[in-house]
Amino acid sequence: MDNFDVLTGKAAPLMRANIDTDAILPSRYLTRSSSQGKAGFGQFLFADWRFDDAGKPRPDFVLNRPEYKGAQILLAGENMGCGSSREHAPWALKGFGIRCVIAPSFGEIFFNNCFKNFVLPIALDAATVGKLAAQVEAGTGNRTMTVDLRQKTITAPDGSAIGFTIDEQRRQALLKGLDPIGETLLMWDEITAWRTKDQAKRPWAYLPKSG
Amino acid sequence: MALSLFEKIWREHVIRDLGNGYALLHIDRNVNHDLVGSLVFEPLDKLKRRMPFPELNFATMDHGIDTDPGRGDETKIPGGKDGVQGLRRKSKEYGVHLFDLGDVRQGIVHVITPELGIALPGLTLVCGDSHTTTVGGMGALCWGAGVTEIEHVLATQTLLVEKPKALRILFEGRVAKGVTPKDMILYAIGQLGAKAGNGYCVEFAGEAIRALPVEGRLTVCNMAIEMAARFGMVAADDTTFEYIAGRPFAPKGALFDQGVRYWRTLPSDPGAAFDREVTLDAGKIEPQITWGTSPQDVIGVSGRVPDPAKAPNAEQRGYLERALKYAGLAPGAPIDGTPIDVAFIGSCTNSRLSDLRRAAQILKGRKVAKGVTAWCVPGSGQVKRDAEAEGIDRVFRDAGFEWREPGCSMCVALGGDKFGPGQRSISSTNRNFENRQGVGVRTHLASPEMVAAAAVTGRITDVRKLAV
Ligand code: SF4
Repeated sequence: MDNFDVLTGKAAPLMRANIDTDAILPSRYLTRSSSQGKAGFGQFLFADWRFDDAGKPRPDFVLNRPEYKGAQILLAGENMGCGSSREHAPWALKGFGIRCVIAPSFGEIFFNNCFKNFVLPIALDAATVGKLAAQVEAGTGNRTMTVDLRQKTITAPDGSAIGFTIDEQRRQALLKGLDPIGETLLMWDEITAWRTKDQAKRPWAYLPKSG
Repeated sequence: MALSLFEKIWREHVIRDLGNGYALLHIDRNVNHDLVGSLVFEPLDKLKRRMPFPELNFATMDHGIDTDPGRGDETKIPGGKDGVQGLRRKSKEYGVHLFDLGDVRQGIVHVITPELGIALPGLTLVCGDSHTTTVGGMGALCWGAGVTEIEHVLATQTLLVEKPKALRILFEGRVAKGVTPKDMILYAIGQLGAKAGNGYCVEFAGEAIRALPVEGRLTVCNMAIEMAARFGMVAADDTTFEYIAGRPFAPKGALFDQGVRYWRTLPSDPGAAFDREVTLDAGKIEPQITWGTSPQDVIGVSGRVPDPAKAPNAEQRGYLERALKYAGLAPGAPIDGTPIDVAFIGSCTNSRLSDLRRAAQILKGRKVAKGVTAWCVPGSGQVKRDAEAEGIDRVFRDAGFEWREPGCSMCVALGGDKFGPGQRSISSTNRNFENRQGVGVRTHLASPEMVAAAAVTGRITDVRKLAV
């Protein structure tokens, strides 16, 4: 089961504003499926930026650079993940190995979708994100950061600690690796009771059992 | 207590209030499509769990399929076939109602749910597509859910939802002749901006909305998401009830009467509170056309595209410059008369019978201009069949339009349907984003009649000059 508590990993700076979900996962890959299910979308992450028209990796794109190989944390600009509701965007990130995205602000749906897929989005003020990116880029041997969801702190490459805020319910869900379906099924009796009442009140809203 | 339409439906569906503005809601209907494919069934497979209420779940093929006559599972996109066949296999396995290729009921999700009586006033309905707002035009609470959410619905028929704030947009007065529901919603987005609805459920109301047939209300609600509202709705009334009566999945007989009695209680009470309320003068609206790369980049057809030099600040100037560059338009130029290459009538915004009828009135006795490629993609098999029964397909074909099979087609350009780079398209769809209709395609959104007018003149044209 997925969960998220403490993540120590390499960070990569992709400091563009308005990175939309179509850039994260171009729409022509939406219908690709593979034996890996959702994780399979990782191979198409930022496809138009990572690869040239011939499908060869562009050496200058940050995630292709050897020093960022295996990055698990992504630093991004304002309005990260704007655009459509496609959940393929967090799948692609996660499939690629990114578990945490830090940006000054996020597209609302993308932000929500990240949580659902155990990718942690953290909003920090623009100056702080800029500072982190600068440290990572300077890369004096250390591009590693620690994101501690228990303490709600980030340890920057220079060792300084930065606090962040997160909705408590979401934090708990990530920490415990709570599967939303499993959670809801715990309430099954309550749901069934609700339904019995509702069916009496709105019989027109229901359809005959199929099969 | 005076309650809004939204508030009434919301409250009726709360199974448990989870605090922090979240509630577990009952989901009355869910519709899957081929893009979601078989992925959403993964958790059920893993849990080895039966779907508790398959009869409330539906599926259709629309996004990835192509719209060529004689099409099959072999879509033009890599992996598209897997989506089609995966959805078919899983729908059968779990007992979901499937409207497959070749079935007259197949079509664009948001076209078929009202058409088949799947969507009813007062219901909650979700689908893994953000334009599910469309169906709010039935007087229901309908929204686009993410894949993980759809998985949750399939497994539990419930969803954890954050309660939105309430916004009411009143269209007061009446629209002028030649002004359509598409113009109303484009105008509203132009006035309020593409972010105005963020965090809100929008109720569209007022005299000009009440005067609309159901199909027009669906068009208005379709683009609520283009002002960033996750939910859009119009209160149901006699017009809606008449529309519903006799549709295949709608309640019949005494159950229908009971439904009507209930539905009559739903419209917003006088004095109901909204977090925000906006009034627009419907009489001021003229046929609209977008010029840029967001639906908010919209003007009346007699207007001029903006001039970045006159922008109030650098940020705005940069935005306008970028949009104009992509659109290939000169600052301050009149939009009327701009030559076009392709004309598209289709999508869940404007591909219903009434849309095709109105476009056909413009096309009758006219020919698509030389050099213009024109397509019509009816929204569903039923729309196509009805249009053919009325001879509308002949009008389109005689004018020089391609008459295609139902699907999303050029709305999203996924199904292998695509226009060429740099081509200028006038389209009855809902998004004019960069590359939406193919790499480099410049999209102008407008009503189906405006598309028809441009198709025959070869230029963006005020449809009122051609109307009889
Ligand atoms: S027609 Fe366009 S907006 Fe509508 S469901 Fe299809 S892709 Fe989405």
